[in-house]
Amino acid sequence: MALVLERRSERSVAIALASPLLAIALTLVTMTVVFAALGQNPATALAVYFITPLTDGYSLQEIAVKASPLVMIAVGLALCYRANAWNIGAEGQLLIGAIAGSGLAVMTHGADPGPWLLPAMLLAGALAGAAYALIPALCKVKFGASEILVSLMLVYVAGLLLDYLVRGPWRDPAGFNFPTTAEFDSAATLPLLIAGSRVHAGLILTLVAVAAAAILLGRTLKGFEIRVVGTAPRAARFAGFNADRLVLTTFAISGALAGLAGLIEVAGPIGHLQPDISPGYGFTAIIVAFLGRLNPLGILASGLFVAMTFIGGEQAQIALKLPQDMTGVIQGILLFYVLACDSLILYRIRWRSLQRKALHGPL
Amino acid sequence: MNKAIMAAALILTASCAALSAANAQDKPETKPDKLKIGFVYVGPVGDFGWSYQHDQARQAIVKEFGDKVETTFLEKVSEGPDAERSIEQLARAGNKLIFATSFGYMDSVIKVAKKYPTVKFEHATGYKREPNVSTYAGRFYEGRTIEGTIAAKISKKGVIGYIGSFPVPEVISGINATMLAAQKINPNIKIKIVWVNSWFNPGKEADAAKALIDQGADVIMQHTDSAAAMQIANERGIHAFGQDSDMIKFGPKAQLTAIVNNWTPYYVSRVKAVMDGNWASQDVWEGLKDKMIEMAPYTNMPDDVKQLAADTEAGISAGTIKPFACPILDQEGKEVECKGGDHLDDGQIRGMNFYVKGIDDKIPGK
Repeated sequence: MALVLERRSERSVAIALASPLLAIALTLVTMTVVFAALGQNPATALAVYFITPLTDGYSLQEIAVKASPLVMIAVGLALCYRANAWNIGAEGQLLIGAIAGSGLAVMTHGADPGPWLLPAMLLAGALAGAAYALIPALCKVKFGASEILVSLMLVYVAGLLLDYLVRGPWRDPAGFNFPTTAEFDSAATLPLLIAGSRVHAGLILTLVAVAAAAILLGRTLKGFEIRVVGTAPRAARFAGFNADRLVLTTFAISGALAGLAGLIEVAGPIGHLQPDISPGYGFTAIIVAFLGRLNPLGILASGLFVAMTFIGGEQAQIALKLPQDMTGVIQGILLFYVLACDSLILYRIRWRSLQRKALHGPL
Repeated sequence: MNKAIMAAALILTASCAALSAANAQDKPETKPDKLKIGFVYVGPVGDFGWSYQHDQARQAIVKEFGDKVETTFLEKVSEGPDAERSIEQLARAGNKLIFATSFGYMDSVIKVAKKYPTVKFEHATGYKREPNVSTYAGRFYEGRTIEGTIAAKISKKGVIGYIGSFPVPEVISGINATMLAAQKINPNIKIKIVWVNSWFNPGKEADAAKALIDQGADVIMQHTDSAAAMQIANERGIHAFGQDSDMIKFGPKAQLTAIVNNWTPYYVSRVKAVMDGNWASQDVWEGLKDKMIEMAPYTNMPDDVKQLAADTEAGISAGTIKPFACPILDQEGKEVECKGGDHLDDGQIRGMNFYVKGIDDKIPGK
């Protein structure tokens, strides 16, 4: 007898739906063991991570604020990944978007340029993010360069550019040489949706992005093209779809969304440009995209879930004195199970006797 | 396949049951007379540098006050959009005194402080205050004067390697204090500076140390938080100074001394002030005299240098040695205005944005 993975003749829809739930369940089971090993009551610990953040308004608001950039970036990445184009550099596109939009805020500081400022910043952020994402896409299409490596390495270039700007030309002259720009004028900051909280208008844009991507993927020819190029490249060629152009399009869209997310962070919760504007949103969004099965609505759910683990992780540090690294452990275990469970969609597990295998020959 | 779904559903139900059971459990409530104190660290508690020293002070509070306090810390809190939430979470969890221990938390502390007027905040190294926000910092440059003196005596090549974090006044004043003290011993001393643009990044700090050594530096100083440079110095057989904490374990043959941040007396006094109801917003800047900074034992140097170092330390404590005694010349050789009589005043040191004569470099972005 041997345990083998056998390719399914067709995808299992039921498993496709159950797989993320199974992954979450397995994560909970594993965490129970880990918490017990740490000397915590597993039930209490799990409750702190996954229940208490949902029980009060403040935590819910903070989950929304944290999830917003993750979801917006992940939606764009999903379009890319569905089209078999691998944008790993969303973090860099986020930084470039933040830089471009902030440039307007810095240059108009104290001048009151009128109501066009904020829309212009949002537009600049999206355009700059798209342009930055087109670099790896063009390198792939024109020269066959790996878009994974090029987009990833451009993250560090963007980080250093941000560093240079906030330490040099854009540094707040009244800031004691500390590396930040001046605080943005109120005309350059996003309005709040709930007074006294951190819930900003960027959340609406995130929801718009989710809806637009869902419609694009499900109801338009472009969406059909993305799906066909991703799943059946040969069929796509026969259908006359241009795979190269699609790489450019999806990279541009995902770059624009990442850039927009970056600008929203600086014009929203932060309020100025500084060296640290993202705790790795562009990378965490990759987890979010896959956890949401590369489906915009799924990403909305997974983004909220991942945000909850961050908030819960903080509350666990406070309530249980658990180290911050536990949050990373939980996210890692979750991604591991998601990928593992996903293989069940395409494969089934079979006990197979060696005799039968001999009869049928190797698969 | 159906079995798999069943199994998944079962596990999920079981987990949900476990979770709701947990929710129903009574949480051990803390007594209301217990003072809850929160700490926010920029690095991990195990950085053996900046955050480690703050955590040492936290542990000292627990030792001093025992059951009367309950402390909580959040570690590795980045200075970006998460800082405000982290600090607010501590305030919401009932902490009445919160120590935010990195400069980059400044705006977040001010925002949260306005929302929670009954919570007292202590912000390290910042300059914005509120009725419920105090600031505190150490006169780290005083330690640099001692280190500069030792470095000039020990260095055979006359080249000091300096690893900087950010070109902020705190770091610039440290470089200048080092140079001024070193020039008194060796007027031709050179200082080479590498910026790593991070408070805590062991990889970059180690690379910076290697680069400086390759450029001829034989004494390494750092204004960053990890012990990586000390380990490199030890491997390469040269000398180095520890930073924030006594790093002798990482460089038994390399460490000359270290500037040790001792936050314990200040933290204990602030906790006491909250308990006694006389906490007030203030700005504290203390050095060797008040023991907010201390020097690790002088090691790996001849006895005469040890004596010189000890004398310098005593002189600074007593006020007879001023690290920034006038006249001070800037890089162009122009004399800097002397606002403190015979030395630069505190405002000039806290806003320092120039290099003294003899430093052959440029402040980044200037």
